[in-house]
Amino acid sequence: MGNQADRSAGEAAPAKNGALITTSGLVKQFPTGGYLFTALNGINLLIDRGEFTGLVGPSGSGKTTLLNIIGALDYPSSGSAVVLGSDTKHLNHKQSARLRNHHIGFIFQTYNLLPVYTVYENVEFPLLLLGMEADRRRRAVTQALEWVGLTDRAQQRPAQLSGGESQRVAVARAMVKKPEIVLADEPTANLDAENSHNILRMMVELNTELETTFIFATHDEKVIRYLRRRITLRDGRVVEDREMEPDYTT
Amino acid sequence: MIRFLLKGLIRDRHRSLFPVMVVTVGVTVAILMQTFMHGVMDDMVRSNAKLDTGHLKVTTLGYREIARQMPNDLSISGIDRFLRGLETDYPRLEWTTRIKFGGILDIPDEAGETRSQGPAIGLAIDLLSEKTREIKRLQLAEALVRGRLPADAGEVLISDEFAHRLGAEIGETATLITSTAQGGMAVHNFVIAGTVRFGMAALDRNTVIADITDMQYVLDMEGSASEVLGFFPNLVYDDRQAEEIVREFNDRHSGGGEDDFLPVMQTLRMQNNLGEYLDLAAFRVAIILVTFFAVMSIVLWNAGLMAGIRRYGEIGVRLAIGESKHQVYWRLLAESFLVGLTGSAIGTALGLAVSYYMQEVGIDISGMLQGSSILMGNIMRAHITPASYYLGFIPGLAATFFGSAVSGIGIFRRQTAQLFKELEA
Ligand SMILES: Nc1ncnc2c1ncn2[C@@H]1O[C@H](COP(=O)(O)OP(=O)(O)O)[C@@H](O)[C@H]1O
Ligand SMILES: [Mg+2]
Repeated sequence: MGNQADRSAGEAAPAKNGALITTSGLVKQFPTGGYLFTALNGINLLIDRGEFTGLVGPSGSGKTTLLNIIGALDYPSSGSAVVLGSDTKHLNHKQSARLRNHHIGFIFQTYNLLPVYTVYENVEFPLLLLGMEADRRRRAVTQALEWVGLTDRAQQRPAQLSGGESQRVAVARAMVKKPEIVLADEPTANLDAENSHNILRMMVELNTELETTFIFATHDEKVIRYLRRRITLRDGRVVEDREMEPDYTT
Repeated sequence: MIRFLLKGLIRDRHRSLFPVMVVTVGVTVAILMQTFMHGVMDDMVRSNAKLDTGHLKVTTLGYREIARQMPNDLSISGIDRFLRGLETDYPRLEWTTRIKFGGILDIPDEAGETRSQGPAIGLAIDLLSEKTREIKRLQLAEALVRGRLPADAGEVLISDEFAHRLGAEIGETATLITSTAQGGMAVHNFVIAGTVRFGMAALDRNTVIADITDMQYVLDMEGSASEVLGFFPNLVYDDRQAEEIVREFNDRHSGGGEDDFLPVMQTLRMQNNLGEYLDLAAFRVAIILVTFFAVMSIVLWNAGLMAGIRRYGEIGVRLAIGESKHQVYWRLLAESFLVGLTGSAIGTALGLAVSYYMQEVGIDISGMLQGSSILMGNIMRAHITPASYYLGFIPGLAATFFGSAVSGIGIFRRQTAQLFKELEA
């Protein structure tokens, strides 16, 4: 494990041109039984194109909350999160949907495939939302299924797949539209070591090939080994932010 | 996209099959309820009209007041001229004279002594004139059980059940003991030409049907009749027109007068409390239908809610993938519209099919009418009306649609991120 330059938190990150994601003074509070619980407390981060970064920290440290805000599924209570040039706080339902639709892919711990649809259809769905025409759609889905090695499973339903296969479908679904950003929340939590490594290796390849930015929320050592940057959260604050030398060995 | 959503809808039985079935059953039952109630009411109106009230009835003012007592002393005199007047003034309607009477029917043995006897309700109608339509109107030929229709003066029809009870045979003499219009005693020998059964409990017990000319003679009522009945073409009652005719007729003939012998006209609804009865029945149907649809809406709303909650996970994913809340909501509504449409269409088709069968065949309810005096057929039939086509359909569709419109609002109320929490749980 490397311990390169400490891009430590605390100080406001300088606004840097070309940054894909910028958060400054980001605070998120949740009303819980009469008082406000602070889940994120002054997050300043810059994330560049092509990063393979992880938000790391114990359960409850705010990883998911931060990921959701970056994905415009949630809004900061104060401070800002600027994603691809848009301050998410100022996006309405439609605009945030558009941002996700065009630029962001999500991967979840529990896969969250749509059970009534086949593997093929699950992967096709984001393209339908984009209004892509049938021919391009078919090529894109076929390619995405090749990336994850599930071409022969195209017509099966999620219920017929193993956990590893399901997560590979989820990766294909997130990648099929070639988004700038993929947000993966504990993607390996339900997978064994072998499947975890397969998925991660695939993501590294896509990251190199397509320059897709990957941001993980994880406390899984298997994932952490693949990261090139590790942002450690504790109680809603960034306590460490460092670049790493990834270890691709299994 | 539409095909994609349709695929999802069809494959997910919780979203398609179950709600469609709920709507189908609801709509079917609603239509059956409506057509049956209508059938029953219609049958009552028809039977009452044919046998008792006509669509319009003219009596004297005095007769009307105590019609139940059959006060034949208060009959309309100069009846032939009176009838011709009505036929001239209202040529669209068929007019006919009748007399109701009570009495005792006595079956004598060879020696002329009473073999058996029983109280009888009598109806005197035009049985024998050449232009009579009463036989057709009362479907006497269809009602005939034994013997034949009267062909000569002095012949009567009696209820088949009555004949059995009295032990009377076809062709035997039956003596009617009654009182004349003036109150004197009247005894007359008739010949039983045939027996009839109408399939109406109230009428099948002890009815005697005699020719009106005979009865005018027996009751000492030559040249008069106590009731003149008017019928619209094809026996289809038109309340609005009936009211109009009544108003016009009464203005002309009895307007304000109080003389017992002034002629007065009534519509079907004005007699036997039929109007109130029908209004009440219609009101009850309306209440039942409204309640029914309220319940169905709640069921569907809850079903929608369940499906909605079950689907928050799916909805969360869809939002994450980039569908907007509005799109998700509208697509949910479109789905429920389809479900409502399908269920309502199937339900309407099913309801109408069963109703049609019940309209043609009916259910025998004679057991329930034992001893009742309601003029109503023993066969309960459905009757499809124009309302039957939309009365289940529209509320079925609306209930489904609004059910999910309301439950779907949850999508907006919840924070997007919250939809995920529910999906992870
Ligand atoms: N919608 C919410 N309402 C109240 N508290 C919340 C909500 N979402 C998250 N939290 C709280 O914020 C903290 C951080 O949560 P989360 O971001 O899910 O942590 P992590 O993903 O690191 O485990 C936790 O204490 C959690 O209970
Ligand atoms: Mg989490």
